[in-house]
Amino acid sequence: MLRNFLIALVLASFGFIFLNLYNSYEPKTELTGIAAHYAENGASEVGAANLVTAVVVSYRSFDTLGEITILFLTAAIISFFLKLSNEDENKVIIHKGTSEILKTASQLLIPLIFLFGVYVFINGHLTPGGGFQGGAIIASGVVLAIMANPNMTINHTVIVWVESLSGVTVVIIGVLGIILGGGFLDSTLDGYGLGEFGTVFSAGTIPVIYSLVGLKVGAEISNILNKYQKSQKES
Amino acid sequence: MIYSLIAIGIGILMLIMAVIAILNDKLSVAVIAAGVVSLFASVLFLLMAAPDVAMTEAAIGSGLSTLIFFYVLNKIKRQNA
Repeated sequence: MLRNFLIALVLASFGFIFLNLYNSYEPKTELTGIAAHYAENGASEVGAANLVTAVVVSYRSFDTLGEITILFLTAAIISFFLKLSNEDENKVIIHKGTSEILKTASQLLIPLIFLFGVYVFINGHLTPGGGFQGGAIIASGVVLAIMANPNMTINHTVIVWVESLSGVTVVIIGVLGIILGGGFLDSTLDGYGLGEFGTVFSAGTIPVIYSLVGLKVGAEISNILNKYQKSQKES
Repeated sequence: MIYSLIAIGIGILMLIMAVIAILNDKLSVAVIAAGVVSLFASVLFLLMAAPDVAMTEAAIGSGLSTLIFFYVLNKIKRQNA
């Protein structure tokens, strides 16, 4: 009784706070402050046709570096704990056979999904999408491969090397930005040129950074899924 | 006008799916319903002109996280049995 009363009290106070917030909310009719600067000067300063990419990879690329680090830590922690709970490594797992339809469809679809993922992160500065989206699409292709053929083993060494090398290269490009450009992870290096609309090799280092981010994200998520698949007893 | 009507319809469907995810007794049904919430959310993001977010939501929210939930469910069931 007392507990229910306390819960109702907390809910009512939350409602009061949010009602005040809702009443004092006025929608802005135009961009203000730093958002207006991004919207006006983003295309001319960075040269990315996709303004979201201009903000994510150039103006706020330090935050992107933080996001990559968080994803890396997540993958590391998951593989650490799943390793602990999975002691019998050498036990042969017998899976149920997958259906013929899934096998045949996966042979047709997996190359197309990989190609689309690569397209999304290479064209991140021109079309919607970018490194994180492309990496997630590649990882979903890996999921289809695992589901069609549960006994498939992913080469662990390749994944670890792709992940580490792309992470280190992003940081090296960032340091190059201090020397040649305007600061850490600045995308408009001197001699590398400002971006041009409509061409893939434009917009400074944005396509390079986004491709590396895409490879890293794809490798990390594939690694996580592979660990989960390996930790299943039988399926 | 027609866009806002579609958006309201998708929002109501999302609410229904979320209630199913909370109240259903079978965990597998609940996981599927949570995935469908993400799928409708990605359609909603696309209608609101945010294709970047829609791609992420469709790939991670409704695809990969649903799969990881199923992996974990399977592992928990085996250990309890």
